[in-house]
Amino acid sequence: MVDVFRHDVVIVGGGGAGLRAAIAISEAQPGLSIALVSKVYPMRSHTVSAEGGAAAVAREDDSLEMHAYDTVKGSDFLGDQDVIQYFVEQAPKELTRLEHWGCPWSRNEDGTVSTRAFGGMTTKRTWFATDKVGFHMLHTLFQTSMKFGDIDRYDEHFVTKLLVDDGDCRGVAALDMRTGEMKAVLGRAVILATGGGGKVWPFTTNGNIKTGDGMALAYREGVALKDMEFVQYHPTGLPGTGILITEATRGEGGYLLNSEGERFLTTRDYGVGTKAELGPRDMISRAITQEIAAGRGVKVPGKIGQYSHLDLRHLGEEKIDSRLPFVRELSRTYANVDPVHEPIPIRPVLHYMMGGVDTDIDGATELGGLYAAGETACVSLNGANRLGSNSLTECLVFGARAGEHAVQYIQGAAAGDEARFVAQVEAEASRVEELRGRRRGGEKVSKVRESLNDAMEAGTGVYREQASMAKAVAAVAAVKASYEEVSLDDTSKVFNTELIAVLELANMLDVAETVATAAVNRKESRGAHACSDFPTRNDSEYLHHSLVHHTPEGPRFDKKDVTLGVWEPEERKY
Amino acid sequence: MSQETKTFVVTRFDPDKDEVPKTQSYEIPVEGDWKILDALNYIKDEVDPTLSHRWSCRMAVCGSCGMNVNGEPKLTCKDPVSNYGDTVEVAPLSNFPVVRDLVVELEGFMEKFKAVKPWIVVAKERAVEEGTTRQSPDELADFKQFSMCINCMLCYAACPVVSNEPDFIGPAALALGHRYNQDTRDEGAPERNEIFRDEGGVFSCSFANECSEVCPKKVNPAGAIQQAKLRNVLDWAASFVVKRGGKES
Repeated sequence: MVDVFRHDVVIVGGGGAGLRAAIAISEAQPGLSIALVSKVYPMRSHTVSAEGGAAAVAREDDSLEMHAYDTVKGSDFLGDQDVIQYFVEQAPKELTRLEHWGCPWSRNEDGTVSTRAFGGMTTKRTWFATDKVGFHMLHTLFQTSMKFGDIDRYDEHFVTKLLVDDGDCRGVAALDMRTGEMKAVLGRAVILATGGGGKVWPFTTNGNIKTGDGMALAYREGVALKDMEFVQYHPTGLPGTGILITEATRGEGGYLLNSEGERFLTTRDYGVGTKAELGPRDMISRAITQEIAAGRGVKVPGKIGQYSHLDLRHLGEEKIDSRLPFVRELSRTYANVDPVHEPIPIRPVLHYMMGGVDTDIDGATELGGLYAAGETACVSLNGANRLGSNSLTECLVFGARAGEHAVQYIQGAAAGDEARFVAQVEAEASRVEELRGRRRGGEKVSKVRESLNDAMEAGTGVYREQASMAKAVAAVAAVKASYEEVSLDDTSKVFNTELIAVLELANMLDVAETVATAAVNRKESRGAHACSDFPTRNDSEYLHHSLVHHTPEGPRFDKKDVTLGVWEPEERKY
Repeated sequence: MSQETKTFVVTRFDPDKDEVPKTQSYEIPVEGDWKILDALNYIKDEVDPTLSHRWSCRMAVCGSCGMNVNGEPKLTCKDPVSNYGDTVEVAPLSNFPVVRDLVVELEGFMEKFKAVKPWIVVAKERAVEEGTTRQSPDELADFKQFSMCINCMLCYAACPVVSNEPDFIGPAALALGHRYNQDTRDEGAPERNEIFRDEGGVFSCSFANECSEVCPKKVNPAGAIQQAKLRNVLDWAASFVVKRGGKES
């Protein structure tokens, strides 16, 4: 028999979106019992690694309309404009709330909150706490969440399955990593907030935990993943590790240089106009890729690939130390470069997934009681390309909204037949038990994961083409087949990280399958999806979202309308 | 180019199988720019998938990968392999029960962490419509350093008081409580000071300063605790004066 834990709402993931949802529920209806289930302690969540800032209108020279337009244009007109409108309205309120909760936002001399410039944003609207914004937001949220007595944490519990009966989601099956035992964690609503799946690719800013878990959990229960072909390459990752160097370096005035020392974004036409280094990420990543392809890349001894230079020297030591201290620490520690004295070698690096679990503006999915928020979700704020600093704010705005709507949902929702959910968890316990330490003829987890990484890098890079994407579809299917033969060594029940890794790998494979499938079906170039053989945007055929559903026969591709509004699609030029 | 190798002597413990921890040696090729964590991940991926350790961000901000390296508490994703000789010992952090291999028990810390009320305490919550609070850069600087803790636990492994007095709230949690006391937006200092004055509070600290020396984020918990002691004494004295003065309403 598995142990059963009963709550009102179950949240999976303890990062920015999950914690914000938990607090929203506690505030909306004190006394509701909330389970916060996370495979790591919440302060380890990948929100912690976000550096540059969070966007919300704060200045006299700014307006909600300008933030909305910048976001629509940044999305290459694939963002839903009703969602974007709601987002920009809520953004200042959410960041203010975080200020009241103690977030150490950097300040102007008069004591007001300071803002900085970011890519694709018309004016300074990115709130920051030096260059550790995700860290401070996450710790503020986590610490604040502790004052709410109704949040029961299940730290280091890995969710293996959503519990679904008759079209309604009513909890999760969770593996307690400490004991190796499965638990039934039940609630009348479940909110997925597990972040993205950057570890599907080999060169990524993402931490080890970013394995697309929530996306895969929803996908397997028949919920569509939306706009999965749109993955963001951040322009500036460090050689070898892919560690993020924030866009705030350019917001504070940094330059990008090629091997000839030329500031190529000002001398050549990459579509960013006078924005230069403050163009949107998709365009800057393409510009760097083209510079390298044209033979103007910088080589780094002992490192694969070529790079551009990010030059901060002209900012001076004082500004670098006061505004970008973490960038200096990271560059010194992980690239052996002091940006005060030398340019930093960087290249585009997989950073963020615009796609995710298909939700409406309330965070609701097509499955009763199942919600999603943050990078896990695709509420269609970011469309084909996210603007830097919109995603931290997104975690707050839509984490809160999902939480509030989950509270409304459960008022009329029956708990369902507990015995049927417990039976599902028992079946999961058997499956996991069978998997643990399983000896088969195949490779070990790390090798299968490498094959997946290679396939996705080859097929879904900064530039794609039909042939390479089709190859990726086939390669992912082949890796999926080899997964069935994966061989495991660790038979222990206690903190078996090999077992966790193989469960994560299954999630990564499902995510990869949807990315490759959606990508090969979009024969145009839009936002981050740049096809060499279809180099222009094609609104007459492709102004739609992509949906991928799981079926026993394989992924099924569908389309969904984009919600337009004030702004009709126009050529995206800066 | 001949590949350099090093031997990692790693503490192993599986409570399902072992009575006591043992060590296991792995001789592996290392790259010049590796951190200790890279070596552990190489062992995990290429040599021995049964090794258990925590890690995630590999950029010194998530705080997962603290371990003892040659007896010193280190954040392994930040600790260069090149700092060590041919043999490197990797063990779980001291002063914590071991769950398995290099994974330590954090539940005790999580309770201490919560005990200092690490959130803004106010008599009346401010409405969002009131806008943001004014706080000068100097006021921010009064607590900013103490808000930089990544909860990596190195300071608990280094602290001589923690090893003798298990109820000691400890460096990271006390520094965090002090961080809120120093914040102009907070009114919770009287409540926290009571906790600070209690057994296991700031006066248990012997100011060995080990915590500040091992902190990978320069939070300086020892400094925070000394400030907290002083503020505690002053606040206590002030409250006494007010009481004796009678009517203050």
